[in-house]
Amino acid sequence: MLEWLQKPWPWYVAGPLIGLMVPLLLLVGNKTLGVSSSLRHLCAASLPSKIPYFTYDWKKEAWNLIFVTGILLGGWVATRFLSHPDPIVVNDHLLNKLQQYGVTDHDNLLPGDLFNWPALLSLRGFTMIVIGGFLVGFGTRYAGGCTSGHSIMGLSNLQVPSLIATACFMAGGFIMTHFILPFILSL
Amino acid sequence: MSTPILDKNTDFETRSLDAICVNTSELHHPVWHLIKYLVAGICFGIILTKAEVISWFRIQEMFRLESFHMYGVIGSAVLVGMGSVWLIKKFSLKTIYGEEIALPKKAFNKGQVYGGLLFGFGWVMTGACPGPMYALIGTGASVMLVSLVSAIAGTWFYGLIREKLPH
Repeated sequence: MLEWLQKPWPWYVAGPLIGLMVPLLLLVGNKTLGVSSSLRHLCAASLPSKIPYFTYDWKKEAWNLIFVTGILLGGWVATRFLSHPDPIVVNDHLLNKLQQYGVTDHDNLLPGDLFNWPALLSLRGFTMIVIGGFLVGFGTRYAGGCTSGHSIMGLSNLQVPSLIATACFMAGGFIMTHFILPFILSL
Repeated sequence: MSTPILDKNTDFETRSLDAICVNTSELHHPVWHLIKYLVAGICFGIILTKAEVISWFRIQEMFRLESFHMYGVIGSAVLVGMGSVWLIKKFSLKTIYGEEIALPKKAFNKGQVYGGLLFGFGWVMTGACPGPMYALIGTGASVMLVSLVSAIAGTWFYGLIREKLPH
């Protein structure tokens, strides 16, 4: 059993479990699944600066900050107690492609050649880690939700705006992957 | 019989764009009741990590159409979520505190298009949406802390210039 848990979980196990987070949060406290709002609450809690968008009672949304703290701890639990020593299995085409950019390390979930502290000082690393992160924060709030709030929760509730948002997440992803990322990787 | 749907925003400035902020329980509980969200978060974090959906490689494979994994995860999650919400509405299920479950409607605005595209860019660059960012920090990928702080800065910047953006 433990051995099975330590292997990467297949989509047909993980996907339905993620889907069950939707009724779980609704049933235990009338909460809708969403992660990116936590970023807004963190702004409201730390640096509201009299900006109307951040002047609200963030303590009412404390559950969301507790929830994301749990996600962080879950990452630790999975790594500490349920990890396996093998490298991540990556598609051969992708590995070949990445090799052209000097990215060969696939021991961990993140490519070690791209995501490390010294990389922050390179243009490539700075772009991917810092500018990428900025776009995630800016884009999710502009869109009013992220993959969890729109794609999982919103679609579960048959919300057309969430479908539009999800289509745009995917479109943005395809555009970045095929037309922009190759330039960033060769920086 | 049907579940009440919140279709009007009572507090435009702070709550309009975020469905998640509309849905506040009116009940007051002792603080320790929040622990259930910590447990839910831990479960969510373990699932995200073990399914490797927090991996930059998996996101690349998805957008290069080299693996079905991510499509399977998101697709089956949405189907199970849809079925659950349907059941909740059908049987007018209540929360464990006996409150009616309110499902907020989302209104369309152009932000879902522009913001959606920008988020798509950032998703591919970092290989992580907000949930995975938290989980990755937990796995020991400490440099993702920089991405998270940057994402908070991006959110703050959005709040700053929001009035000037097309919605």
